[in-house]
Amino acid sequence: MTSLMASKTAAPVEQPPPPRRTMARRLVPYGYLSPTIVLIVVLMVIPIVMVISYSFRDNVIVQENSVFAGLANYTKVLTDPDFLAALQNTAVFISVSTVAHLLLGLAFAMMLNTQLLSGVTKAVFRIVYILPWLFTIAVIAVIWRLLLDPAGVVNYVLHTLGLIQEGVNWLGDPGKALWVVTFINIWSGYPFFMISLLAGLQGIPADLYEAAAVDGANPLRRFLHVTLPQLRPVILSMAVLDLIWTSQQFALIWMTTGGGPLNTTEMLSTYTYKQAFSEYEFATASAAAVIVLLLTMILAFFYVRQQRER
Amino acid sequence: MALRTTGLKRILAAATVALLAACGSGGSGGTSSDGTVTLEFAQWWGAELPAGDFDKIISDFTAQNPTIKVKLLSAPYASTKQQLVTGAASKTLPDVVGLDGAWVSDFAKQGAIADLSKLMTEAGYNPGELASQVQIGGKTYMIPVVNFVYPLFVNKDLLAKAGVKDVPATRTQFLDAAKKISAAGGDVKGWALPLDTAVPNGVQNDVMSWLWASGGSMLQDGKPNLTSAPVKSTVEYVKSLNDAGVIAPGSLTMKEQDKVEKFTTGQVGMVIDSLAHINLIKKNNPKLDFTVAALPAEDGFTGKRGIPYASWGIGVSNSTEHKAEAFKLVQYLMSKATNAQLSTIANGFPGNKTAEPDFSKSDPLFKAAFDIYQQGYPANEFVGLPKSEDLMRSFDEQLQLVLTGKATVDDALAKSQESWASVIE
Repeated sequence: MTSLMASKTAAPVEQPPPPRRTMARRLVPYGYLSPTIVLIVVLMVIPIVMVISYSFRDNVIVQENSVFAGLANYTKVLTDPDFLAALQNTAVFISVSTVAHLLLGLAFAMMLNTQLLSGVTKAVFRIVYILPWLFTIAVIAVIWRLLLDPAGVVNYVLHTLGLIQEGVNWLGDPGKALWVVTFINIWSGYPFFMISLLAGLQGIPADLYEAAAVDGANPLRRFLHVTLPQLRPVILSMAVLDLIWTSQQFALIWMTTGGGPLNTTEMLSTYTYKQAFSEYEFATASAAAVIVLLLTMILAFFYVRQQRER
Repeated sequence: MALRTTGLKRILAAATVALLAACGSGGSGGTSSDGTVTLEFAQWWGAELPAGDFDKIISDFTAQNPTIKVKLLSAPYASTKQQLVTGAASKTLPDVVGLDGAWVSDFAKQGAIADLSKLMTEAGYNPGELASQVQIGGKTYMIPVVNFVYPLFVNKDLLAKAGVKDVPATRTQFLDAAKKISAAGGDVKGWALPLDTAVPNGVQNDVMSWLWASGGSMLQDGKPNLTSAPVKSTVEYVKSLNDAGVIAPGSLTMKEQDKVEKFTTGQVGMVIDSLAHINLIKKNNPKLDFTVAALPAEDGFTGKRGIPYASWGIGVSNSTEHKAEAFKLVQYLMSKATNAQLSTIANGFPGNKTAEPDFSKSDPLFKAAFDIYQQGYPANEFVGLPKSEDLMRSFDEQLQLVLTGKATVDDALAKSQESWASVIE
């Protein structure tokens, strides 16, 4: 502080050059960063680069004499009807899942944030609603396979209520399987949206609602013109992240339908897995994985841009 | 200078931590300074046997061979498969590996597993005692240690309730029994057919088994022969069971464990299943009255019946530096006494012809199954085929089209033949 005052009153004096930082001192931050850098390089950069290089070669891994194949693997994958079906199924699966996650999550979050229910009631519902999030995917798959078995609980209840006459083959019917696995994914994933949106709702200042009420806004208009605009950043972030995460869903599909029946639930993840671990076609599996990476990067681009705007 | 030294020390310390963090333990076993060799043995057997039983067998081996240590890498079947597929790809297979016959061709083609014929010669081992060997190009790459057969499991109560006196021995009798069980009431069906494509071994165990039971083959001179009359007859028979409504619903995504569960709970009267599941079924439903029988054959068939089987096979990594020690472990597991002991605790049949499993403490059904096994012959044509799981899956998809009325049997078999021909060169 004294020196600052002095500099204001005294005649301008040329500041001495800052002490020259030694090379070692400049490298110290990188030394601290090196564990993270090494881990990222070993666990992410190298595998990604290897997969990209595999995608341009033929006979990779299984034979020592792999050869450069140009874009042949990409052509093969992009003209494979099974891949195109998987792409279409994945698009339906992730878009329906994300929209449903958002709607359900918002509805439950608003219910848990309402002043109309007592604290105890809201605490009970908070526990009930978050339950699906506590199960691992393996448990979720087993539970729903049992529930949806043709001789399972769901059919029993529906039959007892007179809604169906005979057991419905939920996961084994080619016309229903995709919608059923999407439903299971919605059930298992909405709590994350709900918790995030609840945090967003609790952060909206009460003043805004009071001001809107004074202006004569009814509950619908308050929702449309106060709640939604305030939640917009959270909704956008969650939606993009959910699209990315859902596009990588593998375990749920593998453990419920395995991509069947008749490939109706084949996803990009299961397609890639089968190429690698069933057909041992690691080159085409790599090409499919790179395509998935590119599609995911498009979503990641929007996510990063949206984060910057915030 | 002091500052520079301190800075460099900091960098070195941080980098060391980073390297330590990045480096994990891995790779196969090695040799210690006292000359002791440590073998890594990856398999799924330990996970399926009663806790500690397999460790005891291995500790007996290490007691007999003090210069060899064995590190067991036991994991469930699916995890072991993934571990070995990636290990084969990166040439980092453990020294000794448990193998399924369906993987052998691909691993051998990759050069990941060693030629056991050569190791047998080098060790002066006489393979005459071996019940079977899995060979590719005349060289042995896998030795089946324990075999598990897949007979027909029949719920005797449901059969009696349906008014069927004898366990079906022919396809016609089976269809008739399945119809009667399905018509007896409730949600009970005659048969379960797991066709899930994630693990498509239902094609091997539940579909092709009908072909092998009648002495048929899906290959001719090592090439696919799916359009032959016996294969067509088999698929048409499965379709007739489906058309008759005797197959439990949900078969297109049914997994093997679902099939076992449905049989255990009395939801289906008959299944083709691994003998290894007898104890599991009895544990989960002690009151279930069931028996095992040979698979029904075509009417009038009098020849020996093929009975499907799966194996706990063993192989040696091609990249291990301790092939001789690894083969010692193989020899030990295939020796008469050890093989009999392992077969007994695994409820399987020995890979050593001279080994005699002790059925005195086992369920009488094991003895019955052993008799069936000895009267017929073990049949599994998928063993040794390249990309066998993929072959099963492509056949599975075509069969699903047939069962859903989207393809004829002829079209499905023609497409399967085309698909298989591109794999089996």
